[in-house]
Parts: sequence; structure tokens; C-alpha cells
Amino acid sequence: MVNIVDRRLNPKDKSLANRQRFIGRARRQILDAVRDVSARRKVADIGQGGEEISIPADGLQEPGFRKGSDKGLRRHVVPGNKQYVAGDAIPRPEGGQGQGGRGGSPQGEGEDAFQFTVSRDEFLDLFFENLELPDLVCTQLTKVKHHGLQRAGYSVSGSPSNLNLARTMRNSLSRRLALKRPRREETRALDEEIDRLERSGKDPERLRALIRLREEQVVRAKRIPYIDPIDLRYNRFDPVPKPISQAVMFCLMDVSGSMTEDMKDLAKRFFMLLYLFLQRRYQHVDIVFIRHTHIAQEVDEDTFFYSRETGGTLVSPALEEMERVLRERYDPADWNIYAAQASDGDNTPADNPAVVDLMESVILPVCRYFAYIEVAEERGWEMTTDLWQVYERLVKAGRPLAMRKVKSRADIFPVFRDLFTPVELRR
Amino acid sequence: MTTNAPLYTGADWDYPLIKKAFDAIERVAIDEMGLDPYPSQVEIISSEQMLDAYSSMGMPLFYRHWSFGKHFARDEMYYRKGMTGLAYEIVINSNPCLCYIMEENTMTMQTLVMAHAAFGHSHFFKNNHLFRSWTDAEGILDYLDFAKAYVAECEERYGPREVERVLDAAHALMSHGVHRYPRRQPLNLHQELQRKKERRRYEEQTFSDLWRTLPQRTGGPAPRERALDERREALGLPEENLLYFLEKRAPRLQHWQREILRIVRVVSQYFYPQKQTKVMNEGCATAVHYHLMTRLHETGRLTDGAFMEFLHHHTNVVFQPEYDDPRFSGINPYALGFNILQDLKRMCLNPTEEDRRWFPDIAGNGDVLGTWKQAWAEYRDESFILQFLGPKVMRDMRLFSVRDDADEAKLVVEAIHDDGGYRDVRRALSAQYDLARHEPDIQVVDVDLSGDRRLILEHRVVDGRLLEESDARQVLRHLATLWGYGVKLHEVDARTDQVLNEFPEVAPAAD
Repeated sequence: MVNIVDRRLNPKDKSLANRQRFIGRARRQILDAVRDVSARRKVADIGQGGEEISIPADGLQEPGFRKGSDKGLRRHVVPGNKQYVAGDAIPRPEGGQGQGGRGGSPQGEGEDAFQFTVSRDEFLDLFFENLELPDLVCTQLTKVKHHGLQRAGYSVSGSPSNLNLARTMRNSLSRRLALKRPRREETRALDEEIDRLERSGKDPERLRALIRLREEQVVRAKRIPYIDPIDLRYNRFDPVPKPISQAVMFCLMDVSGSMTEDMKDLAKRFFMLLYLFLQRRYQHVDIVFIRHTHIAQEVDEDTFFYSRETGGTLVSPALEEMERVLRERYDPADWNIYAAQASDGDNTPADNPAVVDLMESVILPVCRYFAYIEVAEERGWEMTTDLWQVYERLVKAGRPLAMRKVKSRADIFPVFRDLFTPVELRR
Repeated sequence: MTTNAPLYTGADWDYPLIKKAFDAIERVAIDEMGLDPYPSQVEIISSEQMLDAYSSMGMPLFYRHWSFGKHFARDEMYYRKGMTGLAYEIVINSNPCLCYIMEENTMTMQTLVMAHAAFGHSHFFKNNHLFRSWTDAEGILDYLDFAKAYVAECEERYGPREVERVLDAAHALMSHGVHRYPRRQPLNLHQELQRKKERRRYEEQTFSDLWRTLPQRTGGPAPRERALDERREALGLPEENLLYFLEKRAPRLQHWQREILRIVRVVSQYFYPQKQTKVMNEGCATAVHYHLMTRLHETGRLTDGAFMEFLHHHTNVVFQPEYDDPRFSGINPYALGFNILQDLKRMCLNPTEEDRRWFPDIAGNGDVLGTWKQAWAEYRDESFILQFLGPKVMRDMRLFSVRDDADEAKLVVEAIHDDGGYRDVRRALSAQYDLARHEPDIQVVDVDLSGDRRLILEHRVVDGRLLEESDARQVLRHLATLWGYGVKLHEVDARTDQVLNEFPEVAPAAD
């Protein structure tokens, strides 16, 4: 006698909840590890596939009372004797392993690092934990219809998948009680008695009465169904309009000849993070990529991240291009506008007044937040650039502008977090 | 009805084939071997589900805890990197006996696995005395279902952090959460009265007035000692089941916390027999599958090709690397168990002079299955080895015993597989499987509930083997969390009562 069951179609990831608990517990260590990894990877690989990380095991041990292995007397019985006879002395094996038959702790614990793989989603979630776009406001309710569903009691109609069994059965039971539908036990008892009377042949009067009663019961049971359509109750869901925030992020990158490959790499890394972050966290965020040399153009993401270009440096065309796009597609009344700019800070001095003017009169007044990243050579001169000076003046005037310098890959992630951590969460 | 056509040809399996193979195995196992397994439920799962099952101690359902997620993460990575394969099967001591088999196995593997798990392990679970007296195969799945729901409800009500704190602490004490010896059931009122009556009658029958005239002993123990004795008596001390003690006596635990301790304790107790019978359990299952598969082949139900495939897997399973082999990681329980049982079989059928000296009752008795079944039913690893490990197995495996004294610079070979050494090797090997020697003997010895409520534990040290310090400190912290007041541990030599080591008192973490 055997029962064969196919369980392959059962839900997978039974231990997902345990995994989440584990990741929650190891959050701090994992975050550190993720940061290291992000500095090591190639631009194109960030956010692709899972990631193997290794974290220190503190806080993750599962201790227990154990006998130590460095004190006292032990005996080991091991197989495979080749040359020893009783009384031989053997030098202690190196590292304590092998000979002892203790085979390491089965849990693989100890002070070693703990290695495991996090999935892409987990990786990115950790990566962008607690980050958000500053000062996002709901601007549009009318144009885009976005509905969410909300539980709203029960209804008498609905799709079978929403059937509420408990309610339905409760109604059915109360209706059956109220209408005195004969219960199965009663019917069975009646049947038994009829049977008994028929066999014994005694009391035909009562037998007839019982048979009549039985027939009535059958009719009654037929008339009063076990479950009637009026018993049915369904979970009801109401659509609720959900406010959404429309936002657009302008990514401005300097790709002129003054930027070395390393600097471009840093800038691209920054934008890659920004891009992943927005994609992951905000469904309704448009992203506009603008790159510029002495001329500026709006490009798609592939061109932005992967193509090469050189030329002279002018910043104002990029801002003009941004202004053009704004005017054509993104009305500041309907959209939250953000911008991030990366540059080495070079600008033709004659262009600076134009930049200030554009920023002050057009760009900054409509922007919720403007982040400026200045990339520099790792061992470059510590000097303030033209653009930095220009922007510094704007910051002093209380504009929504944030500026940071990035010198190495390792800076990217902290600067990024710094720029997008909400004020409440900053330490 | 006996046909001698092969059960299957080729590697692919389907449900009718599995059913057919199961029935064929069952006929041999029940009718020829007279095994007595639970009814079986064979469940086919994918490798991912096997990984899932791994992480929760092999059980189909379990409460949630981060440590299972940790094990899963590690197992998964090892598996994906190809560092370890997965077990071919998982079997659960329940009624009906659940056997998980993997979808990617070949038909021969499925047959082997069913013979191994659904008959070998299942017979062992149902008949071994440890399992019979300590585990409840009927109720375990229901209990785990309850436990899972209970823990989830606690998380909802008191917050996952609070529950995690209790579970962490309980897990740390898990190996000290078992009753090692059966306890007397408390008497009910009727039995109590009965006993009182009998005692009264006995007193009346044996009354002698002379006793009254004997001089009374004066003094008695000092009042302090008497107070200590009374206290210990009232609390049922000394107590080695730490989880049980905390569940019943910890002054500051909430009801739900006690219930969680109880859950962990029940699970620990359920797994305790498995820890004590690794060699026998695997030996039994391996010997049974070997016998069954051989019989199927002899009767033509397995093709030669399938049998070769089986032998290949079988030899992998019972492979024992030697101590200087890089693959060596202790004695393979499958190998040791299988070798001992095969040796018993040889003794029953073709005994040598040596066997007659060593095992006069078994040698030549001709009843292989009877001898096996008795061994499976009435022993655990320690006693099984002590009783049945014969000189031939020790010679074949070239076992030798090494003395490792931490105070000496070198290891000393104490005994090898020769006439002078057989008994010593056997005794040492048996001791190696004695859980009571393996796990430190830690007991609650005193607590003054009306005073400072400090809990005092004692580790009775055998052979100078003290506790691993950093781990012990962490466990003490967990213990203090549960107890709610200070906890002290000292280590005392079991023979001389001399205090060897004292851990500083751990106070519960303020939160």
C-alpha cells in the first residue's frame, strides 16, 4: 500500500520567509559587503544577475554548549591504519584537522566569513534602502487614472475566486436551521427504525406514519438545498483612485575631451546607480538623458552609457537643451522636476555668465532638487573649478542645489546615498 | 503471482513504474524479509524543494526562524557551485512515513531510494525502542503544524523581534532540552490512595515497638544545608533538561514564551533518537536496500544494467576514506553500519572459529533476519557497536584508536586491530558514539527563588574537557535572557568535585 504524491507543483520558496528574516538580521554586514561589491563591478554589470557576497559571521552564530577541543583527553577511532602498532607516538597533525575525526563543526560555524548569494532584487533593495527623491509632491490626480483595490466588505455577487467560504457556510447553516431542513443523522435514524419495523412486522400503523414522514423529509430536503445561491457571499474589493506623483529626472553628463576615461567611468557609474534607483523605486518617473561637449543632445540610455564622444566643453548648451525638453514635454505645474549633472567642472570662462543666468532664471526655479557631481582624478590637484565656484554662489543664495565631489569608485555609493537620503534619516 | 520480467528498462520513470517497483519491493520486504514498516507516502519533489526541506531540519513544515534561512543560503550556494550534491532522499519519521524522492533521479535510483527509505528507515523508525518510547510518529506533523501557526501568531501579537529573542535563546539550549531517561508518570489520585493504603498495610504488618527504643541521632545536617536540600527538592533539582526547567520555573517568562520553549523542547526530543542511532539507522536502511535490490536482481526483476547502476551508487554510499585521505571526514555511518550488519550475516551463515569465540549466540544460528531485527529493535549506536562490532570488521576497516591528550606533545596509538586491541578499539569507538560523553553534562544545581534568584549551573567535566569558552558565554547570555536574573556556571571535575573553571555571572541584557 503506497501513496504517491507529486509535490513538484507545490509552491516553491517555502523558506523565503526564513531567508528574509536572515537578511534582515544580517542587514548591516550585508550592506557593507554590497557597498564593496558595487565599487568592484563594471558599470554594465551593476544590477545584472545575482551577487555572491561574503559577510562576517558575527551576530549570526548559533552558539551551543560544546566541549572545547583544546583541553583535556580525547580518544579517536579512525580507519585505515597502515603502519602503526599500539604504543606508537604520532606528531600532532597540522591545523588540527584530518586526524582527529572531528570533521569540523557540522554547522560550519566559527569565526569564518559566511558566504552566500543574494539575488538581484535583494541586492538592489539593500542598495537603495531608505533612499528617495526629495520633496516629491503629488501633482496630478486627473490625467493619469491609477486605481488600487481595497477590501470593502462582502457582496452577493462576484467571481468564484473571491468566494468567502466562512460567510457562505454560515448563511447556509442558519438558513438550514431556520427552515428545518432534515439533518442527515435524523434521516438515518428514521431509516433504521423503518428498517427495524419492517423486519419485525410489528406496529404497522407507526410504520406507515414513519414512511410518510420519511417521504416528507425527502421532499423537504430537496426543496431546501444545502447551499442556496442566496447564501453565497463574496469578498468585495473597491477600486480607489491612487494619487501618483509624476516626476522626471534629467541626467546631464559632460563627455568632453577634458574628461579622462576614468572620470567618465565615475560619472557613468553615478548615473547607472541613479537610473537603477529610479527604475526600481518609482514607477512613474521619466528619465531624460542629455550629454554634452560644446554641443548638447538628448540621447537614449544606451548611447548615454555606452558610446564615446569627445569635443570642447560648454555647459550652457546642456542647460538649454534641458530647458527645451522641459518646455516641450514637462510642464512644471504637472511634473516634479529633478536634475543631476556630472562634470569635471571645466567650462569655458566666457560661458559662466550664461550658465548662471540659465540656472537662476529657468532651471532652478522649477527644479525640486538639482544634484551636481564633480568628478576628479584620484590624484588630481585640489583646486576649485569654474563650475564649482559658479554653483557655490547659487547654493549660498539658498537654491535647491546639492554639490558633491567624487574622486574614486568607492566614493560613488556614499555620495549617492548622501544625496538621496531623506533629511529625517540623516544622522 | 510471480512474473520474472524486469520491472523496467531504461532510465526514465513514471508513476505506474514507481508504483510497480514499490509493489515488487514490498512483496520481498514484507513477505520474504518480514519487515514491519509504516505505510508509506512517496512524494516527488524538485531539487529546489529538496533545498527547502534541507533548511528546516528535513521536515515538511516548520516554524520560521532566521537560522533556517541561513542554512538555506549556505546549502544553496554550495549546491549551485557544485560543491555538494543533494541527498537522494529525505525520510520522515511519521505515520504514514513520508519519503521525498527527487525528480531528476533515474528509475534505478528511485527504486533504490524507496527500498532504502520506505522500508529500511521506516522499519527502523517503527521498531527501534528509542523511537518507540520517545517519538510520536502519529502526531509529529500535526504538532509541527500547530507549532508553526503558534509561532506565527506570537510574531503577530508580540512582534518578530521578541519571538526571535526567545527562539534564539531556546535554540542555543536545544541540545540540553531533552529528557535522557524516561520519567515516572505522576500518579493519579486513585493510584496515590492505593499506594498509601499499601504502605500503611506494610507498616502495620512489620510494626515492631522495639525500634522506638533505639537512641535518636542528634543534630542532623546543618540548617543551611537542610535549606539547600529542601530548595532543591522543591524545584526538582538537579535538572539536566535546561529548557524544561526554564519552561516550568523561570520566574519572568510570559505564557507564550513558555509555550515556545516547549515547542523547541519537543522538537529537540523528537530528534534525539536520530542523533543516537545514526550508524544503526543508516546501517539498517543500507543493509535492507542491498538485500532487496539483490533479491530483485536474482529474481530477474532488475536488469543487469540497472543492477550495475545500483552497485555503483551503493559503493559510493558505503565508501569509507582512510584517515589520511583528503576526503576523510570521520567515520561514514553508512559504511560502519552496513559492514557490521553484513558481518553479522556472515557469522550467522558461515561462522569461523573466531566468531564462535566472540559471538557464541550468533555464530552459526542461521537466522540472519531474526538477528538483524533484534539488533535494530533493542540497541542504539553505542550499545550496538559494543555488542556487535566483530574483529573482522575492525580488521577490514583497519580501525585504530588514538589517544589525544592536550597536555602531551604527541598523539599515542593506544590500540589497533589485533588480538590485544580489538576490545579496546571497540570500547573507544562505542564511547565515540555515546551522546552522553559527547555532549557536556550540564545541570541546574541551585537557585534561591526567595533570595537573589541567581541560577547556578554546573558542568561536570569528564577527562578534563572544559567547555568551549566563547560559545558558552553566548549561551549563558541567552540563558540569562530567559531566566530574567543572573546566571552562573562553574565547571567541576566529575571525579574529584574540584572546581576547574568558573564563568563570571551573566546578568540579563537590559532592554
